[in-house]
Amino acid sequence: MSDDAAGSATADKGLANATHGVASFDEERPGLVRRLQAFLHTYPTAIPFIVLVVGVAIFSVAAGSKFFAPFNLSLVLQQVTIIGVLGIAQTLIILTAGIDLSVGAIMILSSIVMGRLSVTAGVPVEISFVLGIGTGILCGFINGILVALVKLPPFIVTLGTWSIYGAMIIFISNSETIRSQDISAIAPMLQWMGARVALGGGAILTAGSMVMILIAATVWYVLNRTAFGRHIYATGDDPEAARLAGINTTWTLVGVYTLAGFICALASWVLIGRVGAVSPLGSQTANLDSITAVVIGGTSLFGGRGSIVGTLLGALIVGMFRNGLALAGVDVLWQEFAVGALIIIAVTTDQWIRKISA
Amino acid sequence: MGKFLKIAATGAVMLGLMCGTAAYAQEIVVGLITKTEGNPFFVKMREGAQAKADELGIELRTFAGKFDGDNDSQIAAIENLIASGAKGFAIVPSDSSAIVPTIQQARDAGLLVIVLDTPLDPIDAADATFATDNRQAGRLIGEWAKGTLGDAAATAKIAMLDLAVNQPTVDYLRDQGFMEGFGIDVKDANKYGDEDDARICGHEMTGGAEDGGRTAMETLLQKCPDINVVYTINEPSAAGAYEALKAIGKDDGSVLIVSVDGGCPGVANVKDGVIGATSQQYPLLMASMAMEAIKKFAETGEKPAVTAGLNFFDTGAALITDKPVDGVESIDTAKGAELCWG
Repeated sequence: MSDDAAGSATADKGLANATHGVASFDEERPGLVRRLQAFLHTYPTAIPFIVLVVGVAIFSVAAGSKFFAPFNLSLVLQQVTIIGVLGIAQTLIILTAGIDLSVGAIMILSSIVMGRLSVTAGVPVEISFVLGIGTGILCGFINGILVALVKLPPFIVTLGTWSIYGAMIIFISNSETIRSQDISAIAPMLQWMGARVALGGGAILTAGSMVMILIAATVWYVLNRTAFGRHIYATGDDPEAARLAGINTTWTLVGVYTLAGFICALASWVLIGRVGAVSPLGSQTANLDSITAVVIGGTSLFGGRGSIVGTLLGALIVGMFRNGLALAGVDVLWQEFAVGALIIIAVTTDQWIRKISA
Repeated sequence: MGKFLKIAATGAVMLGLMCGTAAYAQEIVVGLITKTEGNPFFVKMREGAQAKADELGIELRTFAGKFDGDNDSQIAAIENLIASGAKGFAIVPSDSSAIVPTIQQARDAGLLVIVLDTPLDPIDAADATFATDNRQAGRLIGEWAKGTLGDAAATAKIAMLDLAVNQPTVDYLRDQGFMEGFGIDVKDANKYGDEDDARICGHEMTGGAEDGGRTAMETLLQKCPDINVVYTINEPSAAGAYEALKAIGKDDGSVLIVSVDGGCPGVANVKDGVIGATSQQYPLLMASMAMEAIKKFAETGEKPAVTAGLNFFDTGAALITDKPVDGVESIDTAKGAELCWG
């Protein structure tokens, strides 16, 4: 609508001047904007990438050498790893025009199952680990069945299961924390993801970050190079058209939610590696943070368009802002403010890009 | 589907009514409202209250918010208690000022309101407050850290790992208490962040959990690599801070971590040298005393008293460390483990 208004305004202006033809004037200016719009529509990760680069440049000036140091930049990567992994799961769901509010709860529940069984109940750590991963898969499967077969809205389903998985967290953990020292003595395997590799120049890469990149690469491959991946995009873009084209949208959805549950379970392993302990507290905002990463990463909340790379960039942008603002001595509340502003800008941009297909 | 739900809901309500009237007709009803079910501190509090209620032969109804800061759930809980004819209740307020009008409603309706752990703002909005003297708890660990460092305290570099941006009472009381104990000019004693002592590296928020503790510590270490004293709001955040130190090889005892709470994992961490010292508080005592006070009020109309010199009843705090310092009273981790909660 605003395009039309602007167009007629320029057209009027053009007529008033009457030196050029209306048509040629019209073509030139909106043409540039249109081309940008088309470019962003084709390469949705361009914006988060530009924001990341510009952000790094700004903070390098504002916060000095403390920010732009190999160690600090690798620290930001470590700090966003958990949200990054959850964000990959969330991207899959949002690509189908869904939303998953339970990703954080699934992650904590899986970690509690692993920790309680191995440390408190004395089950061999390998079995506890498998059962923990299985818990995540089961949780995701339940979400998928409720969304695809019972046909409830994803927001409501995962709002409900968020509470249910949350209650299970308290029930199974008995609200007790399992200490890092006990885990490293009895079930050290659970802390593997905390292993660190020096990259030189002070930069550190954790096993968790490597796993995040590995998961991202795998999911990228699935999305772009397999039939299942194309079905996910198609189902999100237009479920009816996808169904008519012969895609089994029901089981595609169940598959997506189950896969997301599996990735959340892997996130729990990464979480234990980073935090050391297994705790029913904490990660309270992980579900919303993962949605934030996805949205800032340029994935459309309306489904069918977006990318895994964008989500990782989105997570990095949030981490970079928090780290950079803290090092620049900015109060915590302005960090929240900045993240909120980023979300609004990202969604506004998405709305604008979407118009090209309308 | 809709019909089935309706029938099920009606059935559930009727069942609830029947149980309610049949079993508890004559008993004194009291309530306990905590912040969340996820925190062992409140779980222990509930267990202590339940045991005492059983012993006294009163009927306990328990409620909790969905998350720390969930004021709405606590308002609903108070309304439920007023409606069910409770004689009084104990509450750990999630929002120490927003809950005040609802508490006033309950008091107007004749209920005795005892606030546990986190004082209201203003504190006299409740009939009584049973709490840890959090400022004193902070002072104890501040004095211990100062005594342990000796002369080096004058050149210390301190990380302050706090709870939340909105600075709830427990947050600033512990933080400022620590500074007072350490010998730092706190400026406004009811607000942190306004100090200009060069020894303070900065304040970061942890949310009171391990993941927040680790991230906050990493950030402050980036600002000041030479940090050698870490104040933490509670033991989970202390454990997170230790992981951050461990990641850069500073888990060799060169950095002192102090904390507040006295939960069993926290005391075990003091024993293992993760935390240097912690101030232990006693949630079980708070809850059981509240049950006794409400029963007494229901029978005699008498309200509980306060500790001399304070405007609340101090349920005490003890410093737990295996490296005692002259002039700061403390108990060792063996004794602490006997008294710990959660």
